[in-house]
Amino acid sequence: MDNVGSVLSDAQLATNFADIAPPLTNDAALLEANQCLFCHDAPCTIACPTHIDVPAFIKKIASGNLRGSARVILDANPFGHSCARACPVEVLCEGACVLNDRDEQPIKIALLQRHATDYVLAKKLKLFEPGKRTGKRVAIVGAGPAGLACARDLRRFGHDVTVFEAKDQPGGLNTYGIAEYKLKAGVALAEVQDILDLGVELRTGVAIASLDRLLTEYDAVFVGIGLGSTKPLGIPGEDLPGVVDALTFIEQLKTHPYRETRVGRQVVVIGAGNTAIDAVTQAKRLGAAAATIVYRRGESDMPCYRYEYELAKHDGCGFRFNAAPQRIIGNGSGAIAGIEVRTSSGTETIPCDMVIVAIGQGARAELTWPKDHPKVFVGGDCANGGAEIVNAAAEGIAAAKKINEFCSWRTNG
Amino acid sequence: MADLRTNFAGIQSPNPFWLASGPPTNTYGQVAKAFDQGWGGAVWKTIGEPIINVFSRYGSVDLGQTRMMGFNNIELISDRPILENLKEIAEVKRNYPKHAVIASLMVESKREAWHEMVKQTEDTGADGIELNFGCPHGMSERGMGSAVGQVPDYTCQIVEWVKEVATIPVIVKLTPNVTDITYIARAAVKGGADALSLINTINSIVGVDLTTFEPQPSVAGKSSHGGYCGPAVKPIALHLVSAVAADSSVKIPISGIGGIASWRDAAEFIALGAGSLQVCTAVMHYGFRIVEDLIDGLSNWMDERGHRTLADVRGRALPRVTKWEELDLNYHLLAHIDQNTCIKCELCWTACEDGAHQAIRRLPRVNGGPVVEIIEEACVGCNLCAAVCPVQDCITMERVPNDYPAVSWKDYAAGKGKLAPRSEHFHTATWSKSR
Repeated sequence: MDNVGSVLSDAQLATNFADIAPPLTNDAALLEANQCLFCHDAPCTIACPTHIDVPAFIKKIASGNLRGSARVILDANPFGHSCARACPVEVLCEGACVLNDRDEQPIKIALLQRHATDYVLAKKLKLFEPGKRTGKRVAIVGAGPAGLACARDLRRFGHDVTVFEAKDQPGGLNTYGIAEYKLKAGVALAEVQDILDLGVELRTGVAIASLDRLLTEYDAVFVGIGLGSTKPLGIPGEDLPGVVDALTFIEQLKTHPYRETRVGRQVVVIGAGNTAIDAVTQAKRLGAAAATIVYRRGESDMPCYRYEYELAKHDGCGFRFNAAPQRIIGNGSGAIAGIEVRTSSGTETIPCDMVIVAIGQGARAELTWPKDHPKVFVGGDCANGGAEIVNAAAEGIAAAKKINEFCSWRTNG
Repeated sequence: MADLRTNFAGIQSPNPFWLASGPPTNTYGQVAKAFDQGWGGAVWKTIGEPIINVFSRYGSVDLGQTRMMGFNNIELISDRPILENLKEIAEVKRNYPKHAVIASLMVESKREAWHEMVKQTEDTGADGIELNFGCPHGMSERGMGSAVGQVPDYTCQIVEWVKEVATIPVIVKLTPNVTDITYIARAAVKGGADALSLINTINSIVGVDLTTFEPQPSVAGKSSHGGYCGPAVKPIALHLVSAVAADSSVKIPISGIGGIASWRDAAEFIALGAGSLQVCTAVMHYGFRIVEDLIDGLSNWMDERGHRTLADVRGRALPRVTKWEELDLNYHLLAHIDQNTCIKCELCWTACEDGAHQAIRRLPRVNGGPVVEIIEEACVGCNLCAAVCPVQDCITMERVPNDYPAVSWKDYAAGKGKLAPRSEHFHTATWSKSR
């Protein structure tokens, strides 16, 4: 992998990383909103982990009450902006839309949610206020969606909140890890700023190694540190310079001008989850001549969502199923020449000059916390093993409620 | 946040949104649930000697994908005993003292009957009485409802009887099924009404089954004209509310009714003079929950526009409703097509060519260029092209300035004022089959 950066033009790169689902025009949003049946006890709302009242926010778009619409969304889910872009709606709200049962396309809930929440960003509306000050102090470890959702609601309850974040920027995977064509870091950071503006104290570049001090200084601690780095392959050659883990690759892409991210001519991505798809599609969109998923099991075993698979195929990515990586082969001068895989018909070498590893993240080893401490609350990927933004948000909100009850109980008792 | 508190003829409610008299206000359970969800008041389903209803009572007019764009009914007043209704009204009022609870009444046209009914109603603690002089079907055949509301003398007479004993505000609900509603409104005022509510439903047949030739809604193969309501009737209601509100001899509060389904509809009624709003069909379609966006939307709009109370909005559009003869003849408009957003459907062309003033030119479809353009010398600024255009703001009506002072038809006909020059090219349609 000698070439540093993309072979594509800036204009082509901009096209390749433009929003995969562009915003609706006002016209289209009105038309779409008026298609919503306004179901009672709506399946879309039930399907959403944060239970956004979907028909209510869509009805408000139809009535021209965009401010009210955005409030319904963001009240239930502080990450309404990023969820509108990155949620797997095909298996959540839109998948549950009753119009599917009428053999029609479901309501474009994600795009309508984006329409309403974009209005808030464009108009710089402040929809929420901090609650009356309680004097209680809560520490939050990790400024990802779980921690910040928790922070937002704790501020609305009136508690003082300090968020500790190891990285330079808040937002967690929203800022660093969502496929660029779905969610740009700028949107993620603007969304975070809205939460910080409620009076959340943020300390970035602070890695917490132990909760001991926080537990003495704060009334409660929320841990939302996400997962650790990508698991090792455990095969020879994985320390070659052309081997990179998917999260590092995506983070690099999202935090630098596109052309500064190294991409090979022939890229192999190991793994078949949603992160693997994000990696393979973005390698292709960066200009790799070939980008291929190598997966040790079969097509039907792939853990990624079906529509993510379709997207990768649409992008022209390749797939090698039932091919178990054995070793990564160097070219003798430190670079990669190929990857050896075992298939049902024997051993075979797939030529490549870059290998992206996406076989899932391990737990974060840097911090452990007491599992049954009354002041410790947990949510997000570090609690659920790795799920969507919307799950992290839902867990952060639920934890805020519990922390509030805990703090109130301690006050009254 | 905007203050939506409402004082309507002395009746207080936390917001101007009341349920109109109808199926949603038939029972304690419905009204209590509605109040819990945010409704500010309710006018009970009309009480009188219990009636017997037919099966199949409602008819719907769907327009494209939109269900219940118009709606009608041949349902009569309450089929529940008077005492049962009054007991539940009292219970609602006791449990919801801050909400407006209004009894709607309809009894035979006898002085004693009205006296007795009004006294019984006042014992419930209701905040007001609405006289149903508008129901256009069934009850009118029995000399009640619109049979009263269509005759000014009857209207005045019964309001007088009611006011002889009533100590709470009396609202007279008007029927639109008259030649000029202001005559009835004035009769109600003469009789001593404290307020008016309008409109009741409009006489209608919503459709005919083309297999069986049964009009809808069908009852054993036959139907009867019913009361039309829903979004379709809003423009008629807006006009009638404004006509009554502008009548200098009326001057009592008006509760606006007719097709209100969104906060925008509500704001329009208020701007044309309504002091409170009544909703029925939209609740029958979507349930009591719609009140949340009625309140939220109205309040957000008022905040954005800087209106603090409903009084800041009420009647604001009224001075702008005028006679045709007072409109400015020198105000000229020209349609403008934004070629960047035009999707080339040519709906504007066919509408203008066949339905209006032949003021749009078709161009050959080449190279993605424009396919329609306004013939400026022929355009009369009528709005039709903008109305049919499926793209928001693609066709806009632009002001064509001139140096001539405004002149109305009234002035012009009296020899005063000058008309700004107008194109000589109007009405140039030519057609030959071979074209």
